[in-house]
Amino acid sequence: MRWSRRHVLDTDDWSKEEIEAVLDTTAAMVEVLSRPVRRAPPLRGRTVVLFFAESSTRTRVSFELAARTLSADVVNISASGSSVEKGESLYDTVRTLQALGGDVVVMRHSSSGAPYFVSERTDAAVINAGDGWHAHPTQGLLDAYTLRGALGDLAKKRIVIVGDVTHSRVARSDINTLVPLGATITLSGPPTLMPIAWRCGQAPAGTAYEPDLDRALEGADGVIALRLQKERQEGGLLPSLREYTRVWGLTEARVSRMRPGAPVMHPGPMNEGVEIDAAVAHGARSLVERQVTNGVAVRMALLYLLVGTPTLEAS
Amino acid sequence: MRRAELEERGYVVTPGFIDLHAHLREPGFEDSETIASGARAALRGGFTTICAMPNTEPAIDSPGLIAEIIARANAAKGARVLPIATITRGRAGRELSDLNELSGAGAVAFSDDGSPVDDARLFRHALEYARTRDLLVIEHAQDTTLSGKGVMHEGAVSARLGLPGVPSAAEEAAVSRDIAIADMTGARLHLTHVSTRGAIASIREAKARGIRVTCDVTPHHLAMTDGWVGGSREFAWEPPAPSGRAVPYDSSTKVNPPLRSLSDVRALWDGLVDGTVDAIATDHAPHSSVKKDVEFDQAAFGISGLETAIPLLLGGIVAGWAGRDAVIRALTAGPARVLGIRPHDDDWVAIDPDDEWTVTAESLVSMGKNTPLLGKTLRGRVVYAVVGGEVRYEGGLRGATTVGSR
Repeated sequence: MRWSRRHVLDTDDWSKEEIEAVLDTTAAMVEVLSRPVRRAPPLRGRTVVLFFAESSTRTRVSFELAARTLSADVVNISASGSSVEKGESLYDTVRTLQALGGDVVVMRHSSSGAPYFVSERTDAAVINAGDGWHAHPTQGLLDAYTLRGALGDLAKKRIVIVGDVTHSRVARSDINTLVPLGATITLSGPPTLMPIAWRCGQAPAGTAYEPDLDRALEGADGVIALRLQKERQEGGLLPSLREYTRVWGLTEARVSRMRPGAPVMHPGPMNEGVEIDAAVAHGARSLVERQVTNGVAVRMALLYLLVGTPTLEAS
Repeated sequence: MRRAELEERGYVVTPGFIDLHAHLREPGFEDSETIASGARAALRGGFTTICAMPNTEPAIDSPGLIAEIIARANAAKGARVLPIATITRGRAGRELSDLNELSGAGAVAFSDDGSPVDDARLFRHALEYARTRDLLVIEHAQDTTLSGKGVMHEGAVSARLGLPGVPSAAEEAAVSRDIAIADMTGARLHLTHVSTRGAIASIREAKARGIRVTCDVTPHHLAMTDGWVGGSREFAWEPPAPSGRAVPYDSSTKVNPPLRSLSDVRALWDGLVDGTVDAIATDHAPHSSVKKDVEFDQAAFGISGLETAIPLLLGGIVAGWAGRDAVIRALTAGPARVLGIRPHDDDWVAIDPDDEWTVTAESLVSMGKNTPLLGKTLRGRVVYAVVGGEVRYEGGLRGATTVGSR
């Protein structure tokens, strides 16, 4: 398959073949990461700008490691202490990014859709590293890669996503990545944290809402727990964290309702004791650490596909 | 040129349109629009009379400010401009403006548009007070606790885009409240830019019960759905086309009330046909690029609408969603009746219903280029506008040289 995407903004319009191309490239990158000297040359001479307008350590470090492993130069523009914090407009930041002339802009932003704004106004390839509640494409892809590693072909596999779906870019990207691969998704969680359209007959293709987590988990092939922001309680969306944990927290008893060995995942950082018990988070089913490792490989794969050597040789 | 001559040449000649709802931004936001540029844009859209909303800086809450607007409008020689004054002092929603004095100075109606009067008790008093001289109150009906931080219609599209939604219930609950207060006070009440199926149903029922409530809808709510925020650019009456999508999160689609679902759009047209909807008003809301060229959730609400209203409405007529007479009535006699004014016989316009033109920033004389129609080719254009017997706009008459706006 010939790769033709210029940006990675959302996977909502990606074909199964495109997603599989990324996952297959990821496998090659996992091999690079297993070498004694973790270095490969395909991004030599390329500049990757990490523009994180919302604080994030894990994702930024993961991208940085991915870019450096492929021999790219890395520039950081992060929120703390930068002009973003002083009220510089996104428009001005984009002009600066454009003038700096990076080949790839990896961006995290609190406003849904901000990567589209940037991609329209710069020549660089833009990778969305999370925008508001909208999308986190590399998380969706790394979750798909991790699940494929555990379950094989995802066709007809049923994955449960539980938690605050409304405010979750991870949930949206997981849906957009896993459904084209043939999986079905059961969404669970409190109705106040589930988009009303998705509860009332307009759920995305391949998904269904089941508020009762025990029923959702029955016979499932895997579960992804979402991080619960503690401020949801103050917003009147939840009675209490304790009640949330009792009804929608992942416990040993609950996860054992799934098929034997069905994996448990979480995008991190976890609130242990809130959305997931420590025993589950670190138990035999947990793929949380593998998700982190695979995240680097997925990001390498995307950087490679967007601006890797073949393009360089052509110029 | 005479009306009969233009009619003979195939133009549609109608009385000049009356817009109950336009934002001219002056004083205070002259980088977005001025009274002069807005009044000129109005003529291009066929509006010979426009009502100017008072959410300027300062807000229009004193007779001196009313006089200033009238003076600037007279000097502009564009459309006639009728000033609206605030319901509450400074539009702060705490105490009533001097309604009688403002009416005497020339305010044709009262509105805190941009915001509703949140305090139901104060709104009741506004209507009671307005009732004594039968002054017109225009309400932007929105329960702000329900709309919250919403930036688009709450539905399947907002769920997909991950944007906070404004539920239909935010409008429907406010409309029900407003109707109840209109009923108890006996005052007349105009609900502007109604956008939901439920609100139309409530207004229909209130009218049947004899409550003195009227309403208007906007051309953009009649033509576009919430799909436009996600990149769709098909009009409501066109089949959805998955290809040729625009980039999503275009802030020019951000407007309050938000673009709604197709079911809501149908209900607005049905209301127009059965007379529930009294008027079509543009809610022309020009913004400078500084307020729009930002992240979607940070952008100002509003669509620049005066110059594109007619082709949008013609599209709905061609699709058979309403007759031409019903639409023209909602642009002329309908709003005149809401205002309680007699239309000027020597205000009239001519439309070329078949002329195709592409909307570009340069093609708009409004300073507000904030419309999701940029790049769209529309059919139908106003070519001639006469105010008080004086030709104030002439452009693109077939077989004639373009004189342009004067």
